[in-house]
Parts: sequence; C-alpha cells; structure tokens
Amino acid sequence: MAERSFAREVQDLKLTAGQEFRGEGILAVTKALLQSGVGYVAGYQGAPISHLMDVLADAQDIMADLGVHFEASASESAAASTLAASVNYPIRGAVTWKSTAGTNVASDALSNLSSGGVMGGAVIVIGEDYGEGSSIMQERTHAFAMKSQMWLLDPRPNLPCIVRAVEDAFELSEASNTPVMLELRIRACHVHGSFIAKDNVKPKFTLAEALEIPRRDTGRIVLPPASFIHEQEKIKQRWPAAVKFIRERGMNETFPGEYDDIGIILQGGMYNGVMRALQLFGLADIWGESKIPLHVLNVTYPLIDEDLAAFCRGKRAVLMVEEGQPDYLEQALHAILRKADVPTKLCGKDVLPMGGEYTALVLVDGIRKFLDRHAPALLRDARTPPDPGPVLRSDPVKALLPVVPPRPPSFCTGCPERPIFSAMKLVQQELGEHHVAADIGCHLFSINAPFNIGATTMGYGLGASSAAAMQVKAGKRPISIMGDGGFWHNGLASGVSNAVFNKHDGVILLVDNHYSAATGGQDIPSSRASNANRSTNHPIEAAVRGVGAAWVRRVDHTYSVAKMRDTLREALTSTAPGPKIVIAASECMLNKQRRERPQFNAAVKRGERRVKPRFGVDEDICTGDHACIRLSGCPSLSVKDSGDPLKEDPVAAIDNTCVGCGNCGEVAEAAVLCPSFYRADIVHNPSAWERWLDGLRGKIIGALQRRRDASRLALA
Amino acid sequence: MDGSLATAERPIAIAILAMGGQGGGVLADWIVALAETAGWFAQSTSVPGVAQRTGATIYYVEIMRPQPGRQPVLSLMPVPGDVDVVIAAELMEAGRAIQRGLVTPDRTTLIASAHRSLAVLEKAKPGDGRADAGAVLATAAQVAKRFLAADMQALAERNGSVISAALFGALAGSFALPFERAAFEATIRAAGVGVDGSLRAFAAGFASVSAAAEAVLVAEAAPTIVSGGSEAERAELVRAVQRVEKEFPAPARDMLRHGLRRLVDFQDVAYAQEYLDRVAKLAALDSAGNSYALTAEAAKQIAVAMSYDDVIRVADLKTRASRTARVRAEVAAKPDQLVGTTEFFHPRLEEICATLPAAWGLALERSPFCSGLVRKTFEHGRRIRTGTLGGFLTLYAISALKPRRRTLLRHRREQAHLDAWLALVTQRAASDYRLAVELTRCRRLVKGYSDTHARGQSKFARVVGALPLLAGRADAADWIRRLRDAALADEDGKMLEGALATVATLSLPEPVGTIP
Repeated sequence: MAERSFAREVQDLKLTAGQEFRGEGILAVTKALLQSGVGYVAGYQGAPISHLMDVLADAQDIMADLGVHFEASASESAAASTLAASVNYPIRGAVTWKSTAGTNVASDALSNLSSGGVMGGAVIVIGEDYGEGSSIMQERTHAFAMKSQMWLLDPRPNLPCIVRAVEDAFELSEASNTPVMLELRIRACHVHGSFIAKDNVKPKFTLAEALEIPRRDTGRIVLPPASFIHEQEKIKQRWPAAVKFIRERGMNETFPGEYDDIGIILQGGMYNGVMRALQLFGLADIWGESKIPLHVLNVTYPLIDEDLAAFCRGKRAVLMVEEGQPDYLEQALHAILRKADVPTKLCGKDVLPMGGEYTALVLVDGIRKFLDRHAPALLRDARTPPDPGPVLRSDPVKALLPVVPPRPPSFCTGCPERPIFSAMKLVQQELGEHHVAADIGCHLFSINAPFNIGATTMGYGLGASSAAAMQVKAGKRPISIMGDGGFWHNGLASGVSNAVFNKHDGVILLVDNHYSAATGGQDIPSSRASNANRSTNHPIEAAVRGVGAAWVRRVDHTYSVAKMRDTLREALTSTAPGPKIVIAASECMLNKQRRERPQFNAAVKRGERRVKPRFGVDEDICTGDHACIRLSGCPSLSVKDSGDPLKEDPVAAIDNTCVGCGNCGEVAEAAVLCPSFYRADIVHNPSAWERWLDGLRGKIIGALQRRRDASRLALA
Repeated sequence: MDGSLATAERPIAIAILAMGGQGGGVLADWIVALAETAGWFAQSTSVPGVAQRTGATIYYVEIMRPQPGRQPVLSLMPVPGDVDVVIAAELMEAGRAIQRGLVTPDRTTLIASAHRSLAVLEKAKPGDGRADAGAVLATAAQVAKRFLAADMQALAERNGSVISAALFGALAGSFALPFERAAFEATIRAAGVGVDGSLRAFAAGFASVSAAAEAVLVAEAAPTIVSGGSEAERAELVRAVQRVEKEFPAPARDMLRHGLRRLVDFQDVAYAQEYLDRVAKLAALDSAGNSYALTAEAAKQIAVAMSYDDVIRVADLKTRASRTARVRAEVAAKPDQLVGTTEFFHPRLEEICATLPAAWGLALERSPFCSGLVRKTFEHGRRIRTGTLGGFLTLYAISALKPRRRTLLRHRREQAHLDAWLALVTQRAASDYRLAVELTRCRRLVKGYSDTHARGQSKFARVVGALPLLAGRADAADWIRRLRDAALADEDGKMLEGALATVATLSLPEPVGTIP
C-alpha cells in the first residue's frame, strides 16, 4: 500500500454532471479518464505522477464498477505495451509515467505502437519532470513525439483545460489512429483547482468482448512490408487527420490583444507564467486579458503551419516561449514562416535562455528584451516589474551565502538503508575505498554527506549492469547497488542475470525495503504485506537463485551494522566465483510507522502492554566529536549546546522524532565509538509483576545511589 | 492588514518553505480551505518530488477575491520581489527564502520558526559546524517588511501538535490575510485531524507573533556551594574555592570554579588542588596586559585534560540517580510508564589494559599471548541493562575503582601527555605569548573514546608537531590556530594535511622539541 492514501479524495471521482470537483491536477486527470469512457489504465509510479498511480490504486473499486481494468505495471515499458489492447479494438486506454526517464524505458513499445497505429484512443499521461523539484536528467519528451510521430499535448495548467485536454486526446487519437501524449509539468500535476464535472462513462467496447471475439490485422503488425506502409500512413493519412481534428476542435487558442503588431506564441504549459510576467508589466490583467496577442499551443506536436503563419502575418515580431532545449519549436517556426513567406521577425532563445526552467523572473527578463527590440515604446509606458535584485545584492543578503547550509533530500529517521551505508563506510575503512555503482532509489542519497558513497547512476535497476565493465581481475572488487524497485523493474534480468551469465566477480548489494519506496511506497512483487489486488511475497532471494546466482547472503535486519559489515566484508573477500549477492532486507521505516503507529496507539489505549524503544545520548559522556553523526546522519540525531562551559563543542542529542530503530547504538558499538548512547525501553501499561520487580530494583538501586550521592563531595 | 493587499488587480501570494515531513502541504491545504470557505479563489502548487525525504521544499499559494463570472489566471510559482507572505518552517529555510529573493522590504511579511533543524553538513563537523542563526535573524529583520519569529516547533511540541498548526496560528496572528481568527480555527476543525492539539498549537502560534516573545539566555552561574563528603574534604574544598579568589586573576575565576567542580567530581579534592597548582604555574607567567587570556584558557583546557574520559567515569555517570531522572525526562516517560535503559559498550584491549594497574597493564600489552586471549574473551560489543541489578552492579563496581584511578595505566599516560603539553606551553609563554595561548587551545583536539580519542591525539600531535617549522615566525600563533581549525573541519584530517603542506612551504629556521 502506498505511503499516501487517497481513500477520501477518490470519492470525488463519483461526482456527476454539473457538480464542482476540487482537488489536485492529477486527481482531475483521473476523473477526466473516467468521463472519457476509458477501458483500461496502467502505469508506473514516479514523481510527479506517483500520486496519479496512488489515486488509481485507491480508486480500483470505483473503476471496477465502471468495468475499467487497472494495472500497476512492472515498468514503463510494460505500461506502454498495455496500449496494444487499443490496436485492434475500439477500446480507450491510458497509461502514465514519469518522463523522460519512463519514456526512455517505454520507447521500444511506443515505437511499435505508433508505427502500427491504434484504433481505440491511446493516451499517455506524461509527468514532465523538468525544472525545480525534478529528480532526473533535464531532457524533453518532445523528442520522442517527433521521432515516433506521436502527438504531444501541453495544455494550459488549470483544471478545466487539463480535463478538456484528456477528453480531446482520446478523440484526437482515434481520429488520427495515433497514440497521444499529454504532458503535465510538476506544478501542474500538483496544482489545486476546480472544474465542473461530467458523468462517468462506461467503456463502449469492453475488454471481455475483445477476448471473446478476437480480431487481428497483419497490416497493424510491425514487420515488412507493413512497416514500410506504416511510415507512409503516418505521413499521408494520420498527420493530415490530426491537423484537421486539432483545427476543427480548436485545441490551440488565440487570444487577441490591442498591440497586434507583435505577438507571443507559447506552449500551453507556459501560459500562467507568461501571463504573470505580462501582468507585472501591466500588459495583462489577472482575469486573463492580454494587451499583446497570444497564440497558445495546447498541442505542441504536430504544429499547425497555417495557423502559425496566420498568427504571425502582419506582425513585426513574435516571441516564441519554449521551455527546454533543443529549440525544436523555434526551429520549426522559422521553417514555417519562411515557407509561407511571412517576414515577421522571430525571437525566442535569443532573448530567453536556451536551457533551464522558465520561471517568472526569466520570462520577465525575456519579454523585456523582446519588447526592447521590437516594441520599445510599449516598454517605456509599461509598469516596472518588481525587482529583487537590489535586495539580493545587498550586503546582509550576500552575507548569508556561507551561512545557509544546503539541505538535499536524505534518508528518513529510522531508515533501514542508513545502517547499510554505515556498514559500507566501516568496510571501506578496513579494505579501502571501492568503486561503487549506484542506482536510482532512496539508496542514491548515499552519494551525499555523511556517507559520500557511489560513483555513477545509469538508471533505474541498472546499478549492477553499470559495473559490467569493471569485472576484471584486480585487487578490489566493484560494488553495485540496486533497490528492490529497480530489481523488479528490470534489474533481475539486466543486472543479476547478466552478471551470472557473464561470470561477474563483483558484489551486488540489493536493498530490499519491501516497497518501491522512493516513489511513494507502492507495492512490488517482493512486498511483504498482503494486497488484495496483487500477488506479493515473492522473495528476491528465490528470484536471484532462479537465474543462477550461487553466492547469496541475506541480512534480514539491516540495523545489525556489525552483521551487515561482516557480510559485506565476506562478499568482498570471498574466493567463490560469480557475482556475490547481498540482500539487505528491512522494511521502509516511513511505511512501517504508518502501518504500526495506529495499531500501537490503539493497543495502548486498550490497556495492553506495549514497549516503545527510543534512543538517547548522555550529554555528560558525549565529548562532542560527532563521529556518530558522520556514520549515521539520522535526522533525529543532532547536536545541541552542552550547557557545560568546559565543553566547547556541541554534544550529540536525539530528539523526540526518534523511532527507536537502533542504528545509532549499533553504529556506536560496531565502530567502537563511544558509550554515550543508550536505549530506553518505555513500557506502556506494564504488568503488575513488572511494576513489583521495577519497584524492588528501584529500592535497591536507589539505596546504592543515595549512599554514593551522600559521600560524593560536590561543588554546586 | 485588511484587504489592502487584495486589490482587484492582484492576488495575495503566499510561499511556504519547509523541509520534507514538516507538514508544509497540510499548511498549504489549510490556507486553500480557509480562502475557499470565505468564497475566495485559491490555487496552490508544490514541487515535492524526492525533496519530501527531509530535503528543502516549497509550497506556493495564491488567493484572489472573486469577481462574478471571471476566473483569475494565477501563477504556479512565486515571483521574487512579489510575495506577500513567506512562511518558513525553520530558520535556515527563512534564510533560503531571502536568498531566493522572495522576501522584499516593500511587500513581504516573513513568518519564521526560529528553531534550528541542523543540516547534515552542520552537525557532522568534528567541532562546532552550526550555521550562524544570528546572521539570518539580523538579515531577516532588515529585508522583510515585517519579520515575525518564534520557536514554533517548541510551541507545537508543548501543545502536543505539529509545527504546521503553530505556523497557521502565527499566520492568523500576523493579520496578513483578510480573514478572522475564527475562520482559521474553523478550518482546523473542518479538517478533523488532531483538532484539539492543533487548536492549542494554533493559539500558541497566534500569541507568539502578537506579543513580542523574547528569548532570555541565562548564563550558568559559577558554582560556589560545597556539599557531600567528609568534613575534612569539605573544608579542603572550601580552601580550594578560596584559593581561586586569592591566587588567580578575575578573568579566570569562573572557569576555575567550573574546573574545580568537574575535577572534584571526577576524582577528589586533592586532585582539584593539583589542578589549581598546574594553572597557577601558567598564571605566574601571565599578566594583566594580556587580560590573563592564557590563565583563563588554561583553566578550561587543563580541567578537561585532567578529567579524561575513562571507563570509571562513564560507569559513574551512568549509575547516578540524577541520570535515571534525566533519561525519564528526555524520553518524556509518563509516571505510569516504566523505563529500562540499555547501554552500548565496546571495550577494546587498549581500554582493558588502561584500566589495570600500570605495571599489569603494560605487561598485558606486551604479551601477545595474553593480550590475544583478552581480546578474544572481552573485545566485543556489550549491552548492559542498567535497570537490572546485574547490569547496574557491573557498572557500579567499575565506578568503585575511582579511588584507585591514579595507579592505573591510563592515568599514567594522561599525566605524561599533560606534562609534556604544559611544558611546551610554559616554554613558549615568555617568548611568544599568543603562541602559548594557541597551543593551550590545541588540547581541544583530544576528545572522545577509543579510535576517536586516538585520532584526536594524532591530530594534536601533528598540529603541535608543526612548531619547528614555525619557530621564530611572528605569525606562528596564527598558523597554529589555522591548523587547529583545519583539524576540526573534517574527520580524516584531509584539511589538516593540506594546511600542514602549506606550513611546510614556509621558511624554517631553528628546530624545537615536540610532544611525543
């Protein structure tokens, strides 16, 4: 079960025509899918669309009532392949993932899908992970649309427009027999707003009907000669059909303005940012009235040549606002204008930056340059936008530069992965630094302080294969890391099986935290929880042994730092042939707490005996060296003033967010650090016998303590 | 403030800077609900991503008074220079908001929790790596139109709630939004989660920004009251305290009293007198012209050096009645709950030898067979449950070795190190006073247990070992200070290595002896 529950929110998916829906962007997408009569939905989680997968999982009952099939796919490539159901049958399907990481994975299926084309509407909801908050390489999905000739929608980021784009996408897909990608940027995924709902629609043609009366058409299968015909179809039929639909439906929008000798052409997703920039110049109002004409590309691929030429014709200059690089749209627009013989000057990446997120300040700056070149009179009369420059350049603010520390994401309090890297640090202290190939997942936080472990990351589940070249005889072995999420996504084949087959000698460390944790705690095949809708509890150990791994060690309690260290040392020094596989298994603490805390509190409330462990530091024993923090980095382990004038450095302290995982005590013990850590077991509702025993102990210990206190000479 | 912010032309812009897990999303949701209930139009966005995992993250809300039949076009991200309210759920996040240009004097009300949640880089330094909170507070007061700060985390904890509730209260108390307090409270009630605690924290947050809360730092008074022990011991200790008054310059007296307290607690009153004797030798070389800096520093460092951290002291501290009470308070145990503590020890051969009488300890260290045997038998992690009689008595027995401490190997070694260090300081005091002070301060590098202690000693030796290279230089003291700072900057001494390499390139006359 995922980290965040949408059990309450999904009830809004049942809203009927005329009711107001309020919520997050991706929740609106789900409602739009149901309003569009979608037949099946699949996808793979990952920010910014993780919540969409969580919403869908929580909405399974509602979808089942409508006859909609939902799958949590094994990977984006599995999700993309799911769309094959729309090739031969008039069934609408939708899939979703994080892009461009997920689109890379899905590309093989997408190329085949878009070659043969679709009959039922096929929509891919793309979470464009670009700009602030992104966790991946900065690329554009646009290139995939161009190379496979799939259509790309980039709607204005408000709920009514997003919902309309979903509905239009299915129709466009069907009208042009082409899969359609709907791109939502990070903030659009999480934007809160409202729209007026329509009734949900059951799919017109069901999957059961397809199974019972199967159809086939070799003309849709990607094999010569059909594949050559597909290419011609794309050019001669599907493209013109798409252009016709987009124009007739009015998917792109033109907003007139009084200064019509200039104009701005923009991606739909850029609309709110551009409007805010124009508002700051006094060239637009908050209600969407712009003094400069705008042409909004809610469809960024294909471009509609006639419409663009028509918008530009008669204008001295237009500004193309296109986020990300390369400047595909600007280049295309140049070609369009030249072919149509329109002499309008085109600005774009010459006044706006080539790469990086188009924030409001960037847009303000770009629009200022554009106006300065092509409408200086307008700029003179315009309002001066707010400028934080003087404040930012002031001495007190500049003085903050060395003060404010960076705060990258890290392991949570009590995370079971922290002790794994503590153990790795200890092993490396013994055996020297090793080449460590990292992967994608929470474990990648190891690259930051205090662990500083990991040299490369090549993609989800690719930790082991990214150490493939390093499998030569040498004084040290390579270590590769892979999470359970990446393992089931593709790492079992690309990493483990590949290592067995190629007789790798390195160590593969599999981090099994029972979930796809980094994306929000979704279940995977090796999850331990029972899930009514999925088959879980398939152990990773059985899987790796199944593909031929012989040297496999499993540590079922990663918090045993000494055991973890010894197992890693054994893996690094063993003479056994083949890959040395260490499975480090303990449940993600975030999910464990979410599961166990309510149970614990309820039991305590019922009067049952429960023990809660917590850790602490004796401040008079701690000397303030902070070696424990360098081996742990736990958010609940921090430092504070000792209150002792003889101690210059702050001492370690554990706050009340401690979940009692035990890592700090284990680290102190395994690393032979210091005896200042203690574990306090807090017994809720102790038994009568326990109370009696505690009282007796207290009497004897108290007497001894009093005796010594009395004889202790003290200065106070 | 009324609605002067909220004109027909522009929305009210609110940015929330928080760390993952602090409930910044909840706060944003409350603001949205508050505005929508009042009939306003509200839009919120966030960029959680992996930043949810304890990293810095930002939530952004715009609210707009509606006009019939019209939909406002709102921004999905804050515009630097154009934000009305910034809420920072931690002090350095307030600093980050300022650095992003979100706080400007013409517009922004900055509401910040003054508490610190230290970043890993701050707390991992072997010395004190904490960022300068004062710099952020000072800058915030300068660049914000209004700056309201209080320890919202403490207010929330005190009221059994989370920081988002206290911050929501502070937002209401700032009157930056055109909504009544009752509307804020109704929003919390409507959300229906942990309502009572949230409302208490809300009220505390509200009050904290309405009345200027002042933080009062009370410096700990130097101890003067004598208790416990025999009459003779008490009399001797009183004499020692009087000695401080009579024999030492005023600037060093407080520190000397702290030192006395530490050492009488560590060993006995005779040991405390030894301490005063040692400091007195350096004080004799000191002068008012130097503000007695050497004496004050020596008072601190000698006390720390003499109260070295050995097993006896750890066992003593862990078996005290005051400790039992402190643990209960620290883990917030209720009266009807039992608390049992487990201690983590990992004795090494070195510590075992050090706790033996000097001759035995040395013999054991020299015998490979015996030390191997001891290593095998004793050298592994031990968990001692101090709440049980067995566990308590084990530590109690170890702490009972205190009267014999001076005969043990550890004590002999500590004395030798101390004497060599003080000889070096004494030797320099006449020729280069500043250098002597810096050398005194270097003792700070030696701390911790086991490996950490060994590493500290080695750093100390390397810093002091640079003396021959610095001999005769007017800036020798500055170099020693730089080396010490470098040694404190990281664990494995890379910075120190670099600094030493620099020192090696300096010109170098006369060689001088160093500490072993």
